[in-house]
Amino acid sequence: MNGEPIIRFEDVSKVYSLPAGAVVALDHVSLTVDAGEFIAVMGPSGSGKSTLLNMMGCLDVPTSGKIYLSGKEISGMSDDDLTRLRRDHIGFIFQQFNLIPLLSAVENVEFPVILTAGREESRRRATEVLRAMHLDDALFSHKPGELSGGEQQRVAIARALANDPDLLLCDEPTGNLDTKTGTAIMDLLAAENRRGKTIVMVTHDPRVAGYARRRIQIVDGRLV
Amino acid sequence: MILIDLAVRNLRRHAVRSVLALVGIVIGVIALASLGILGASLSLLIGGLVSDVSDTILVTPHVAASSGDPFDPRTALASSLSDKDVALIEKAAGQNRVIPMIRTSKRFRADDASGYVTVYALRADDIPSLLAKEAGRYPAPASPGVMVGSLLADEFDLHVGSRIEFGNESVRVTGIAAERGMGIDIYPDYAVIVTEDRYAGQNYGMVVVKVRDSADIGEVKAAIDGQVNRRKEKVDVLDSREVLQIYYETRDAISFFLLGIGAVSLAVASVSILNVMIISVAERRREIGLMRSIGAQRHEVLVMFLYESLALGVAGSITGGVASALVGYYAAAAASEFFGGFGAPGGPAAPGAVVAGYIIVGMAFGIVASVLAGLYPAWKAATLNPIEALRYE
Ligand SMILES: Nc1ncnc2c1ncn2[C@@H]1O[C@H](COP(=O)(O)OP(=O)(O)OP(=O)(O)O)[C@@H](O)[C@H]1O
Ligand SMILES: [Mg+2]
Repeated sequence: MNGEPIIRFEDVSKVYSLPAGAVVALDHVSLTVDAGEFIAVMGPSGSGKSTLLNMMGCLDVPTSGKIYLSGKEISGMSDDDLTRLRRDHIGFIFQQFNLIPLLSAVENVEFPVILTAGREESRRRATEVLRAMHLDDALFSHKPGELSGGEQQRVAIARALANDPDLLLCDEPTGNLDTKTGTAIMDLLAAENRRGKTIVMVTHDPRVAGYARRRIQIVDGRLV
Repeated sequence: MILIDLAVRNLRRHAVRSVLALVGIVIGVIALASLGILGASLSLLIGGLVSDVSDTILVTPHVAASSGDPFDPRTALASSLSDKDVALIEKAAGQNRVIPMIRTSKRFRADDASGYVTVYALRADDIPSLLAKEAGRYPAPASPGVMVGSLLADEFDLHVGSRIEFGNESVRVTGIAAERGMGIDIYPDYAVIVTEDRYAGQNYGMVVVKVRDSADIGEVKAAIDGQVNRRKEKVDVLDSREVLQIYYETRDAISFFLLGIGAVSLAVASVSILNVMIISVAERRREIGLMRSIGAQRHEVLVMFLYESLALGVAGSITGGVASALVGYYAAAAASEFFGGFGAPGGPAAPGAVVAGYIIVGMAFGIVASVLAGLYPAWKAATLNPIEALRYE
């Protein structure tokens, strides 16, 4: 890293204009995330947590304000540039529907790698990260529909790590899991943070948030 | 490539739907290719006429309301030209050779095969000007020998000196005409050629005028028309160019019609692919959103869906190509049977290269139509907003 914060929001707002009136999802949010941080974003439902996370991942654009990733302002970048940024520098983990149903576990992990690397290299990396997530080799060839929720999330984390990104963005990664499985997943994420990955994680669950080293509260689109 | 894998797996996942979309393309390709082949066979059949002469004027008895079109059934109405008419034509034709002829048919028997055969009866000294000779000699007036067409000779293994049963008499083959192909005036290859004295007293069915200098054709035509049709419309006068023109127009109309049907079936097929692809994109919105959010670029999504329609197109076109090789073969055979009465023997089957050409063209159209049909859905998929796609339930 070049000393710049990995993420910087400058007065970022997101407004959806709907026929029933404007919905302010984010209201003049400014924040920075430094490299190596582990942040939990908390707040009530509908407060704008996912919107915030999607903007950090260049999936969404602000209505006003500026977003800098590693010092670079993203509003001027093309869709292809942003997609490459997601592919090479950001790992996404969602609450559910993380995996492509037509691909096996190992192919899902390979997907972001194989778009740029060769087949053998992708398979090697995918195998490596899947093993690091303690997924049984026997499950590598299973389709997502043939895996448990916890196994699917481990594959999703492996997929997010496959391109060795700087930043992991997790939107309620344990939301669909029982406590025990959720704890196992959180242990894996915490280990990745200790290894140097920056993590921003959305969660309702105070126990899950306990893994993070900093908490951000958001209410009605504003940081509190 | 993972994108091809994904495309093929998605098609397999919805096997029934994919096969149904495929059927459309298969039918479209078969229609286009086999109709093209059929059209080519017809062209070939008619194209045989082109081998002929631009120096021929055809005078036929005028049939009320006849269009002069050889495919017009009214043309077949019986009527004839008398010696007097021929004399008038000769007067009008000046130096140019006037060849009156009777075209009829007669029972024919060689070895144990028998049937009716076309007979041309001509004046003995006209025969050499119309027909080249392959063997033997031309029929002489009042001689009992006959000349046979080369293909008839081949088929029944006739040689100079062979004996055939012709009508009620047994005659000797004294000459064999060289192969000539179908002409606008006569088609001698499958016929027996005799001198007109066998039919003495009968009127002529047609008069052919061979014009020495083709620049004179218009003039000679006008002269004949003026002489014979002075008081009433007695004959139709057509020159070879006009006859060919009619043949060409007929052929073009049929070819366009057939290719039109093929094109329409392909258009229908591509609509069915369009439909399948739109459904596929709609169903996979979340998947597309996920792919985009983990780093698949727009063009990669586009390409993935194009592979899907390409795969449909290629599979459908190969199936259709194989099927049209069979269908096209039978269609050509059917055409030859249908037109066999006045077509070349064995049927106007288009040669292998032409058949293969049409099949390749049909397949190419099938593939292109599929990819074109996939373009819009693929573009839709590629330009989906990843967030909205992810939210989609
Ligand atoms: N595409 C959209 N169109 C209109 N309104 C939207 C859209 N996306 C989000 N919103 C609105 O923006 C607000 C914030 O949504 P967001 O998804 O960020 O909430 P959240 O904090 O993640 O909630 P949850 O905890 O339920 O996931 C909500 O009021 C939501 O209705
Ligand atoms: Mg949310």
